[in-house]
Amino acid sequence: MSEHMSDKTYKSPDQRLEEKKKSESPIRVVLNGLLYENPAFRLILGMCPLLAVTISAKSSFFMGLAVIFVLTGSEFIISLLRHIIPDKVRIPAFITIIAGFVTIVQLVISAYMPALNESLGIYIPLIVVNCIVLARAETFASKKSPLFSVLDGLSMGGGFMIAMLFMGSIREILGSGTFFDFDLPIFGSVILGQRIDPMMFFTLPPGGFFVLGICIVIMQFVVRGINSRNAKKNKSPLPEKVASDSACESCGACSACNGSEVK
Amino acid sequence: MEQMMIILFSAILVDNFVLSKFLGICPFLGVSKNLKTAMGMSAAVVAIMLLASAITWPIQIFLLDPLNIGFLQTLVFILVIAALVQMVETMMKKAMPPLYKALGIYLPLITTNCAVLGVTILNINKAYSFLDAMINSFGAGLGFALALFLFSGVRMRIEKSDIPKALRGLPITLVAASLVSVSFFAFKGLIENIFG
Repeated sequence: MSEHMSDKTYKSPDQRLEEKKKSESPIRVVLNGLLYENPAFRLILGMCPLLAVTISAKSSFFMGLAVIFVLTGSEFIISLLRHIIPDKVRIPAFITIIAGFVTIVQLVISAYMPALNESLGIYIPLIVVNCIVLARAETFASKKSPLFSVLDGLSMGGGFMIAMLFMGSIREILGSGTFFDFDLPIFGSVILGQRIDPMMFFTLPPGGFFVLGICIVIMQFVVRGINSRNAKKNKSPLPEKVASDSACESCGACSACNGSEVK
Repeated sequence: MEQMMIILFSAILVDNFVLSKFLGICPFLGVSKNLKTAMGMSAAVVAIMLLASAITWPIQIFLLDPLNIGFLQTLVFILVIAALVQMVETMMKKAMPPLYKALGIYLPLITTNCAVLGVTILNINKAYSFLDAMINSFGAGLGFALALFLFSGVRMRIEKSDIPKALRGLPITLVAASLVSVSFFAFKGLIENIFG
């Protein structure tokens, strides 16, 4: 987006209106969440669950569902209340609403899926401080209509879930030799006199950091590919850089700290 | 006493909050660019963790549990932490300007640091006594500081080296974090060997 901003050429009001409409079209919102501004691999938000829960595809899937629910629900409510919540206390108000939805998820999971509750453990309540949720509440839901906010919640949450599933699949297949708890026949078999065993490294914490790093690289290549195709069609390029790794931007809580960025 | 040492050392080394529990990753990646900011952030985190645990433990045991509203834990804890951080910031600004200058900028970032909320919830989940909870929080804070301290050293080396273009920035930082995390696996049998 920054490239559009830095483009200081004069634009007529009509042009600006058109651009505004473009950025607000439902398709754009959905694509933003799923691909261009994928919260996990592009904006680099919500890394705690992204690294901790992606040990298996199954736990990634359910964590993704939980995030979608909390994100969509809280964005909807915050958007409905956006004219009522006073500006000065908006962050505590947002946190309260988000915590309410997280509590709902916690109660449902502990009542109906005790095994899952065990494996996701502390990371369910920690959705409250997940940077994605607060960041979307602040930058999107507090400014846009409820319908758009729901759409944004679904697409951002969906993007996050796909990213988690992707990472979870890689880590589960390589690390434990299973996929959604089904054994993969290739592991344990002998090829060219070599027994193929799962690499435990990938299910351990270091594997999480490693796979995330590689995923971000892959995502950068994908965006670069889209850009070079768009360039041929004379479309404006997507921002190529991933979110900078300065404290404020990567934690997404800029709003909460009034932008006092740590230098 | 032995119990306390076990809690302290496993919080610092074996179950390191950043490198094996993945709590507080954002500040870990965000402020580890140089040693000075890393230490400032760590000091603020240790202080807030201790304060937050000291306040949330009694709230859970003497207020939420007797009233049977334990499910409000998440909501109450995060609001307590947010209010606490705000209060500490205001008080520090008035009473201790030099300290505020050193740590003040890190305080607002701590509200959304999952390590702080994480440690308060873990204290309750593990049914620690008040003293154990405080030791656990202190250990968690020290573990966070240790990880940040080590990693800022690694990052300074990364900045000076020649890295493939695709990996520059965050990806190489994550791969480096992975290696630092591997090194912490050396501590896995520590508790059993010393206290076992």
